[in-house]
Amino acid sequence: MTETAADLAAPVHRPTPNPLSGFGLGLGLGMAWLGAVVLLPLLALSVRAAQLGGDGWLRVLRDDRVLQSLKLSFGAAFVAASVASLAGILVAWVLVRYRFPGRRLLDALVDLPFALPTAVAGIALTAIYSANGWIGRIVEPMGLKIAYTPVGIVLALVFIGLPFAVRTVQPILEAMGRESEEAAASLGASRFTALRRVVFPELLPGLLTGFSLAFARGLGEYGSVIFIAGNLPYKTEIAPLLVTIRLEEYDYNGAIAIAALLLAASFACLVAINAIPLLFAHERRRRHRGE
Amino acid sequence: MANDPSSLTEPRWLRWLLIALAVLVMGVLVVLPLGMVLVAAFGDGFRAWWSALAEPDARAALRLTLFTVAIVLPINAVFGLLTAWAVTRFEFRGKRLLLAVLDLPFAVSPVVAGLCLVLLFGSHGWFAQWLAAHEVKILFARPGIVLATLFITFPFVVRELIPLMQQQGAEEELAARSLGAGAWTMFFRVTLPKIRWGLLYGVLLCGARAMGEFGAVSVVSGHIRGLTNTLPLHIEILYNEFDTTAAFAAASLLSGMALVTLLAKFWLERAHGDAIAASHGKH
Repeated sequence: MTETAADLAAPVHRPTPNPLSGFGLGLGLGMAWLGAVVLLPLLALSVRAAQLGGDGWLRVLRDDRVLQSLKLSFGAAFVAASVASLAGILVAWVLVRYRFPGRRLLDALVDLPFALPTAVAGIALTAIYSANGWIGRIVEPMGLKIAYTPVGIVLALVFIGLPFAVRTVQPILEAMGRESEEAAASLGASRFTALRRVVFPELLPGLLTGFSLAFARGLGEYGSVIFIAGNLPYKTEIAPLLVTIRLEEYDYNGAIAIAALLLAASFACLVAINAIPLLFAHERRRRHRGE
Repeated sequence: MANDPSSLTEPRWLRWLLIALAVLVMGVLVVLPLGMVLVAAFGDGFRAWWSALAEPDARAALRLTLFTVAIVLPINAVFGLLTAWAVTRFEFRGKRLLLAVLDLPFAVSPVVAGLCLVLLFGSHGWFAQWLAAHEVKILFARPGIVLATLFITFPFVVRELIPLMQQQGAEEELAARSLGAGAWTMFFRVTLPKIRWGLLYGVLLCGARAMGEFGAVSVVSGHIRGLTNTLPLHIEILYNEFDTTAAFAAASLLSGMALVTLLAKFWLERAHGDAIAASHGKH
């Protein structure tokens, strides 16, 4: 559907009759599906959270166990998303720019954490990094405990976040021509300067999107974390786990409050993910006009 | 790329160092867990593996997982297709908002999704009285597991179809209609053949996520052995009972399904890269 100049110039929006049918059917059934499966359940949580009132919220937020779990979840998700982003640049760069035997296999393996059920990843990572596991056996005598510590939580979240980090940067690198790098090099920029000043700014939107996706996934992640975390209250207990614990104790308000905070953070991530391309498009237009 | 001028690539030693680092990262992070599953599953021999899977609870868990996937996939495929049709072929107010909302389940914690269902269908939930009066059981029963999985896997098909159908445009469909084809003829003769590989791709991703879903299902299932235990929940129970071999045997089954998904995805990208959304096609 290409817009002609006349369409763009027309000041008044004139709806042309669309000869295709099925708009009402598609949108109606689609919205019903969205409403019933996703929006109604989320509405239930939002309404119940609003009904908690100031006292209810204060009771939950004064609970040190809740605060510690939120701190751990946000902190671990942030660190893990950062690590995953760095690893994501490395893997995407190597996959796009270099040719080596096994490149296709490496590329296919990137999606494995996405396809592997989280519980499977959880028990496998725990077995590898616990005291008598393949890696735990080596690093634990050196004083580095991974399983049942926050390090293990971060590790599981890096595993979960890696595909998002790679797959958001990779298409940008693929689409990016070498012209600007050539120009930078011919103007005398060193390779490092060219990468820093020319390539990196192009990657930034994808990098931020990947970071946000990995962060959002990491914040809510449950299956891969609970096995390796150890789940000690105040120490290695993540917020999603505390939601299930409160639920099992029939402390509905406690569960609702924590879940509502996690949901709010998910909304924020989603807004960020949607705003990033717009922000950068705007910035680019501004630069083009200004310079 | 060996022929690049040296100013446009990194020195040879650095290239190989970066490749080695990437392989190391992927090896430790991704390949090692997969190897661990296989070694632990078959560590006690093939017979122990088989008897762990042949056990009635494990078979019931596998059946429930497949049952859930069999319900969730067609629902998400049909409604995803309808939504993608409306979004890509028509202009309407609030389209951007709708697109953003479609992504919600990607960002919401599975546990939060499970809790939401408890607030609707649980004993203190919004529909508790109606459910009790009509003797309908949703929570701690199959419908709850299906609903939780539907929530989590909601975006996969529609999110795959929207960019693809946007990219393909409506010209062929418009041509079919102007040549006198009815709406359904147009759909089955023009639209569906154009998007079938993309649809399959989305269904594949949806299936992988559906059979592995853990957090949301864990909240609503009630963990009743042989009745409401899916395969991932079965793994958790075995693992917590220190029956490691059986846990990894069940895990190997799910890993196998994940690998088949990846292989099929890989094949789709190779063989039909031009018929799935561009973001995946050009690897």
